[in-house]
Amino acid sequence: MRIFWTLWKREVASAFQTPMAWVILFFLLLVTGFNFYAGVSVLNHGPTEVTVVESFFNTVFFWFSFLLLFPLLTMRLYSEEYRSGTIEPLMTAPVRDTQVVLAKFLGVLFLYAFLWMPTGLYFLIFWWQTHLTSAGAIGAYVGSYLLLLLMGMFYLSLGCFCSSLTRHQITAAVMTLAVIALFFLTGLLSFLSGHVDTMMQGITITFSPIDQMTQFSRGIFDTRPVVWYLVMTGLCLFLTLQSFQARRWRS
Amino acid sequence: MISVQGLTKSYGATDAVRDLSFSVDRGEVVGFLGPNGAGKSTTMKILSGYLPADAGEVKIAGFDILSQSLKARSRIGYLPENVPLYPEMRVGEYLRYRAALKGVRSRLINEKVDDALELCSISHVRNQLIGTLSKGYRQRVGLADALVNEPDILILDEPTIGLDPGQIREVRELIKGLARRHTILLSSHILSEVEMTCSRVLIINKGQIVATGTPAELRERSGIALSGSVRMEIQTADRANSESVLAILQSLEEVASASLAEGIPSTTTASISCWTRYEIIPSLSSSSSGDPRPALFEEAVRRGWKLRELSAHESSLEEIFTSFVERIPGTPKGKTPTKEPAKL
Repeated sequence: MRIFWTLWKREVASAFQTPMAWVILFFLLLVTGFNFYAGVSVLNHGPTEVTVVESFFNTVFFWFSFLLLFPLLTMRLYSEEYRSGTIEPLMTAPVRDTQVVLAKFLGVLFLYAFLWMPTGLYFLIFWWQTHLTSAGAIGAYVGSYLLLLLMGMFYLSLGCFCSSLTRHQITAAVMTLAVIALFFLTGLLSFLSGHVDTMMQGITITFSPIDQMTQFSRGIFDTRPVVWYLVMTGLCLFLTLQSFQARRWRS
Repeated sequence: MISVQGLTKSYGATDAVRDLSFSVDRGEVVGFLGPNGAGKSTTMKILSGYLPADAGEVKIAGFDILSQSLKARSRIGYLPENVPLYPEMRVGEYLRYRAALKGVRSRLINEKVDDALELCSISHVRNQLIGTLSKGYRQRVGLADALVNEPDILILDEPTIGLDPGQIREVRELIKGLARRHTILLSSHILSEVEMTCSRVLIINKGQIVATGTPAELRERSGIALSGSVRMEIQTADRANSESVLAILQSLEEVASASLAEGIPSTTTASISCWTRYEIIPSLSSSSSGDPRPALFEEAVRRGWKLRELSAHESSLEEIFTSFVERIPGTPKGKTPTKEPAKL
């Protein structure tokens, strides 16, 4: 356990010791800040059916910055260690492969959570300024941030897996983006087929982050996506461990 | 402490290591010697638990490197080739991280890190970013990392590569000092280095051990031990030319042949400076155990030559090494090669 924390601390520290985390944080806050401003402007135009939470989490700006985050956060995790050779001192220390895989995943998950934390301030300020009851709806916040965390877990573990496959960061980033896009676009199938039957609805609610976010940001909780993301995270981490171990046999 | 049996590892179609067996006892300093691509680094990577072998068994302090990997790994301090380090970390911070990773108890970490920094004389750069360090300092940080948990065994892959002569001397002294507390296996392709630091040498070529022994034993076994170069520098009283001196020298029973030493200017300049250097190859058949120096001295005294130098040149490990590596594979170890005496 102590070794895990040592590894985890280094993962987190290395993200903040390089400008990487700060640059990502800066641009994420820039885009989401603008996104929030735009959402509030829409609300100012007159009565709408959406709350401030919905208008924040269901825009192109949000999804764009959200999806771009994952290749940037995960590409260096394994690739950088392979390329610079630091994997050698790391794996000749008495550490288990599982400890390394988990520490890297939970380290980047912490970083991810840290990046989204300041966005909560937007809502705090909004609520403090307007005192709107809908702005104080706890369920909507819990739902949207929980989904943000769950989606993050899945996509980050996917990024971990891609990074564990190659020593080139760019290759890892492209792979991550491509696979995430594949999952993301599967969720848009319902837009292609005109009618929505129960099967299509099942697919949509499992695959489509957009539909899930529409629901969760209203405070509607659905267990299907929760299970889906948890299972997929576990699967991706398992694959990461396999590819990480296989690398030693291949080289 | 280290026991290796039938180690085999290949990369694709090429064999890096073929059926390698050796052992290192507690307290030994063993030099792993071989040309580039001989399989030194591969063997060390396998010993340190980084690469798995295709076949064979490695035991570190009695623990199998594959089935009891963690226990074995915690007993090794490994310095990889080229010393990969995290450039964004500071020296002290990195060593504290490595100490914690290797299971040093929290309250002992600062003390052990201080010791390691002190030992490798890098205390003054402890707050510097590793990315800004020179090659020599990086090497020493790597060495401090290998030492920080005071492991029984140190595996050092080319510890002095890329260092300047001063730093090489420092690292050598450091390794000699460490030999008292650790069992050390170090690789090198610099032979004089191995000769200076190691009690035993393993010569490896094309993935196989071609010779093993102390530097002295290897010298004996290579058959070029008394390579014959006895150097003699004299001034003749009557300024006789070198040809007549050579004739006299060659007439001695103990001398097989004599010649002017290489790099000595022509007779005209030699006659001005008067000092002439000769190279004498002893006749091995003589009764005087192959050492012609007493006879040469007597001859010099009888003829009234002034003698400035009379030295036997021992063959360096370099020559021994070449003689082993260049032998045709399959030649039994220790067999005296039929080789003409090496030049100086």
